[in-house]
Amino acid sequence: MKTIIFKTASAYLLPLLLLFSIFILLRGHYLPGGGFVGGLMASIAFVIHSFANGIDKTKNIMTFHPGFLMPVGLLLALVSGALPLFFGDTFMTGLWMENAVPVIGKVGSALFFDTGVYLVVIGVTLTIIFTISEGL
Amino acid sequence: MLIAVISGFIFALVIPMIMGKLKGKSTIWVALLPFSIFGFFLSKLPILLAGDTIKASYQWVPSIGINLDFHLDGLSFLFVLLISGIGTLVFVYTSSYLKGHQYLDRFYAYLSMFMASMLGLVLSDNIYALFIFWELTSISSFFLIGFNNDNPDSRKSAITALAITGFGGLFLMAAMVGLGQITGTSQISALIPLTDSIQSHELYGWVLVFLFIAAFTKSAQFPFHFWLPGAMKAPTPVSTYLHSATMVKAGIYLLARFTPVLGNHEWWNSTLIIVGAITMTYAAIHALFRLDLKGILAYSTISALGILVFLIGLGTKDALLAAAVFILVHALYKATLFLVTGIIDHETGTRDIRQLGGLNKVMLPVGIAAILAAISNAGIPPSFGFVGKDLIYEATLGMGDIAWLLTGLAIITNAALLFAGFLAGIKPFVGKLPEKYQKLHLPSPAMYLPPMLLGILGILFGLAPGLIEGGIIKPVVQSITGGTPDFQLKLWHGFNLILALSAITIGSGIALYFLLKPSEGLLAKVTRFEKISPHTIINKIADAFVGLSRIWTKFFQNGYLRFYLITILSFLCILLAYRFFSGVELYLDTSKLSDVTFYEAVVVVIMATAIFFTVFSNSRLTAVASLGVVGYSFCMIFLFYSAPDLAMTQFSIDTLTVILFVLVLYNLPRYLVLPDNNDKIRDGLLALVFGGLISVLTLEVMNESVTKEISEYYAKNAYILGKGKNVVNVILVDFRGFDTIVEITVLAIAAIGVFGLLKLHLKSTEKE
Repeated sequence: MKTIIFKTASAYLLPLLLLFSIFILLRGHYLPGGGFVGGLMASIAFVIHSFANGIDKTKNIMTFHPGFLMPVGLLLALVSGALPLFFGDTFMTGLWMENAVPVIGKVGSALFFDTGVYLVVIGVTLTIIFTISEGL
Repeated sequence: MLIAVISGFIFALVIPMIMGKLKGKSTIWVALLPFSIFGFFLSKLPILLAGDTIKASYQWVPSIGINLDFHLDGLSFLFVLLISGIGTLVFVYTSSYLKGHQYLDRFYAYLSMFMASMLGLVLSDNIYALFIFWELTSISSFFLIGFNNDNPDSRKSAITALAITGFGGLFLMAAMVGLGQITGTSQISALIPLTDSIQSHELYGWVLVFLFIAAFTKSAQFPFHFWLPGAMKAPTPVSTYLHSATMVKAGIYLLARFTPVLGNHEWWNSTLIIVGAITMTYAAIHALFRLDLKGILAYSTISALGILVFLIGLGTKDALLAAAVFILVHALYKATLFLVTGIIDHETGTRDIRQLGGLNKVMLPVGIAAILAAISNAGIPPSFGFVGKDLIYEATLGMGDIAWLLTGLAIITNAALLFAGFLAGIKPFVGKLPEKYQKLHLPSPAMYLPPMLLGILGILFGLAPGLIEGGIIKPVVQSITGGTPDFQLKLWHGFNLILALSAITIGSGIALYFLLKPSEGLLAKVTRFEKISPHTIINKIADAFVGLSRIWTKFFQNGYLRFYLITILSFLCILLAYRFFSGVELYLDTSKLSDVTFYEAVVVVIMATAIFFTVFSNSRLTAVASLGVVGYSFCMIFLFYSAPDLAMTQFSIDTLTVILFVLVLYNLPRYLVLPDNNDKIRDGLLALVFGGLISVLTLEVMNESVTKEISEYYAKNAYILGKGKNVVNVILVDFRGFDTIVEITVLAIAAIGVFGLLKLHLKSTEKE
């Protein structure tokens, strides 16, 4: 599928789709979206790129193996869940900032948790897809 | 007290890190840990002398009664001193025995983990904490028995021991839960006043059976005794520590601990007497025919444990006193004999009793220790063993009608035990020294001083029983019987029946020693009965179980994906169909259906066409792509009915699924064998039935009057508590965030699995 049109399009699609996936992630708390869908979209972005340019090129862009996103995401989710423990609350209590941040809205521990989910989903999907396409 | 218990666990964590840096240095300092624990508990002696006990409580899960309650009373005190005292000696001994061993750090880690679990076990005043520490001892002993993990025998013994004691552990949990159910309290000391209500409760029998199974498996009672001789594969310090002094006594401890709660009941007494009597005579006779020093000691240990169970079963004050004394007597002499055996093994390289002799000439101090232990074991005055044996006979003679039967059994057992003790403690050291051992020399003091110390204590306590009477034995009896003890330990009782019985025992034991020469022939005669021994029977059951699971697995896990699908779907179909035939009410209200719009009709047509392509296509890729179209059409329907979240997720998922399928299928060959019509009809039928049943299920769900509380709670509180307007997302990241954490963990595991499977597979093909 390495046509010129697809190749050229993919170069613009990758950043656009990634931005869109982050948008989906951030707005998740108020409107349809969230870490899971966002993660899937981001993975699709990379998959499209790899279809157009070959997996090696995509891997070059990423600079590290997507598998590393899994522990990072898990850690982020766990830490954001454990954070309330230091404030005397129970595990997974939501913590929120007093004032809303422009564009993003109110930031709380739930957002970091969702970001953790986002990273894990990207890591998992890309690891599986890359492994299968390389392995067969 | 918590620190004393926990320190062992912490030490086990730390030691592999620091010891790696100290390779080759002396490791004797490690013994400071058990020694300081020993000192700490010994300093409590005045409190116990005054007849008091110490309690300490730390909350853990108070809502279900699981707390770290510790209670130091007489019984715990005796065990704590044994565990930490013999522990100290074993740690010292190990520093020389396993000197320079590659995994010495691990060994110490396991050993201190075990020590800590044992301490926790005997100090726990909470039935659940007791169970947890009990399991910890099983687990840590598994690592210790299997320490020589490159030896298959060793691994097998470790697994056998774990299986048997772990099996017992489950029963212990059942017994403890039962006790908790009956009484509503989880404190052992609070159970004692409730004895009457427990014993008249209908669950009492069950609690008793479960508790017995737990105690018998741990303390190697017939018919669970066979794991103990197997466990002798462990390095000798382990055998000393676990299999003579501490772990196998945990079952005895359990029985003694629950005597005031569950004891003094017909079922309790008769079961324990019968099992104890069988074990003690069976194992004592077995010990006569062994050739391996450790084998002899293993069987004599089982026999001694049988005596203890037997004494607890007798249940009289005399018997419980005898049990208390005998626990100490046995720990002292058996640990000595094990340590000595370890030295012999270490120096000569053999444990075969026929080849050993005259070692006194080359290692006199070891010989002295061994002979002292053998004397105490034999119950020859003035040893502590003599005091213990007198008490045993006193207890059996006080049993009324069956006194003579019980005393007779005790005499046979004791005579055989004397024989075993002489064989292990005296035979290797007297007589002619074989040529090949002329050049042996004395091991380091770290190895011979510990057994020497124990051997001397065995005699000292006999000469002056007053040393331990007030501080140890009396509090033990007090905590087992509940009453104030009114006895005095004496070495010399004057000329009476008991002395005569002692003399008979010693005489016949020594006669046996001179008459019976251990040989292959005798061993062969015993092994002939191996076929009907519990060991063989349980092994056969285990083998049959493995065979059955192999057949089972082969049938269901035959490697064909279509077969898996058929199995899973048909099973679900049968379940659902059964459910529906037992009566359902379907929700079908045509009046509430909305009108079919133009878009919906289009989507349905697309879907139907796609399904047609999926089913009848001759190429996998077409089939998969059409399946993707079906998925997208679903998304459209979700969109029409205002579920954008679902639609969005479904879109992404479908895209990725198709990509994955294409990636996999692209590399497969074209359909080689097209399924024939029969297969197609079968699969089609199954698909139709399954789809139909799911539709029926959906219609039925609509009919259920769901309690809306939960969804209403979420809807109401999403913004108030979770500060989000997207309820679905708030549920995911906040209300049920814990689930999400687990789910993403599972996802990660799956990805690692795929990665591992494919990459590993690649490597093995590359090799070929």
